[in-house]
Amino acid sequence: MRLDEEAEAMRRGELGRARQWAIEHQVRVGRYFGANDLVSVTQAHIMADTESLGEAGVAWLEHLAALPKAERRVRIPTITDPRGTDFGAAQRLRQQAWMTTLEQRAITAFEELGVLMTNTCINYQTIMPPIPGEHVAYGDTGVVIYCNSVLGARSNFEGGPSALAAGLTGRTPRYGYHLDAQRRGTLLVELAWTPGALHEWGALGGVVGRLAGDYWRVPVITGLSRIPGSDEVKHFGAAMASFGSIAMFHLAGVTPEARRLEDAFDGTPPKPVLVTEQDVRTLLSGYGTDTDTVDVVVFSAPQLSLMEMQSLADLLDGRRVGVPLLAVTSPQVKPDADRMGITARIEASGAMVLTGMCFYQSYARELAEANGWKRLATNSAKLTNILGGYGYRPVLLSAEHCVEVACGGKQS
Amino acid sequence: MSVVQTFPARSAMGAKLRGRALVASDGFSARYDLDRIKGIFSRPEHKLAGRSYVGLVLILDRAKGGVATAWMLHEMASRGIVPAAVVLNTVNPIMVQGAALADMTMMSGFDQDITRLVPDGALVELDPEADPPVLRIIATP
Repeated sequence: MRLDEEAEAMRRGELGRARQWAIEHQVRVGRYFGANDLVSVTQAHIMADTESLGEAGVAWLEHLAALPKAERRVRIPTITDPRGTDFGAAQRLRQQAWMTTLEQRAITAFEELGVLMTNTCINYQTIMPPIPGEHVAYGDTGVVIYCNSVLGARSNFEGGPSALAAGLTGRTPRYGYHLDAQRRGTLLVELAWTPGALHEWGALGGVVGRLAGDYWRVPVITGLSRIPGSDEVKHFGAAMASFGSIAMFHLAGVTPEARRLEDAFDGTPPKPVLVTEQDVRTLLSGYGTDTDTVDVVVFSAPQLSLMEMQSLADLLDGRRVGVPLLAVTSPQVKPDADRMGITARIEASGAMVLTGMCFYQSYARELAEANGWKRLATNSAKLTNILGGYGYRPVLLSAEHCVEVACGGKQS
Repeated sequence: MSVVQTFPARSAMGAKLRGRALVASDGFSARYDLDRIKGIFSRPEHKLAGRSYVGLVLILDRAKGGVATAWMLHEMASRGIVPAAVVLNTVNPIMVQGAALADMTMMSGFDQDITRLVPDGALVELDPEADPPVLRIIATP
């Protein structure tokens, strides 16, 4: 890999030990993928919940944070994905003290590194959306797929250590979705049906994600009967990334690198694969239809936008939940929801509004054990895909159906 | 011991090692698939559900899911509840970033489906420093 003069200086340790570790990490990763050099990035976004980090990861961060200030501070705006708790609700969630202690240690370390604790996975809706062609180092798959596909930005999946490395060096290895060639379509998907509800958009993303099946494939979707909104594409992309590890898609005629179908491909488009409503229904029914034994209802993954919060408040107005209902939003949306009375309307039903965390990143296994939760209803396809390994039996329903279940009603 | 078969890989990192193979034609994500406390595959639908991965050379089809594995391999290694190495037909950046932080041996990119070439339980050797990197079957079960 070619390194510029400053990167070579970092590698020699002349800009401190943190940047030396970071550039060595980037060289190892870049070499694995055949990167020729590093590309400058303008923002980094770090996934670093403490269930993932563990004691070892937090201690590793603290080691970096103990370095002299000039050595340890990130050089580009570097923000964070959701944390592993909402400190104001940890007791109600029956999270244990060691979890919040570990979270606080991680936060302190990140602050010493100059990281902005945004604690959100919807930064493209709330913080600073990148612009077309902007190279970034983002660390949440839902963020990456949205920003690559919808906004035309350029990022690979950057796990926490690599996103932090990018923050420290202002660079990332130039491979994958930083390159034009990787951004071309590899699979043509023709839709015979356009989803309506958010859980259907997520389920469709899951179907396409399974079809595409790996990080290096780029589905191109045709046949939508209308242009979807931001929350619809948010669920679609997040589920596609989760089910298939997909980092980019094109919506022909919609997204910026596929204004025309032929723009998305190098040469003639391949023969299309047809995806029908039945394919989506099959994915949904795969989680079962039993809602009599639901222990908890969760709206999360991705965090809820202000519009999703408003819709949930509308559904809960004048009702009481009998099953715990958790609505998880970002620290940027929450103050607006508070100010507009949306939080109060949701909580008047007995539901909990949580902020700055995400359900599956918040010690989901321990939450299940502490609260007796096993059957979980959600409108997030991404969440249903993740939680099986944590011992849950998730069911994927519409938001309306989730609220009916939470309020004790039944709906076939 | 004599080498039974050798398979070149396109990419690799980490130290040369030998170990017993744990093989399945399925994907891999530390968050989605594992009970990292018990050291077993916990996703009920996974082909290795209920089996321990500790100290074994994990040979699977492709990297799945999200970004957490980049931290989790390091965390698993710190407790010694970790595979000896990970071998995949297809990686994503997260697996490689995680292996780099954890200093774990990783190999990927074979001419054929590696999960069909290596029998479950085989003794294998990974040589990332070879040119090209190679996976050798030393003994079959």
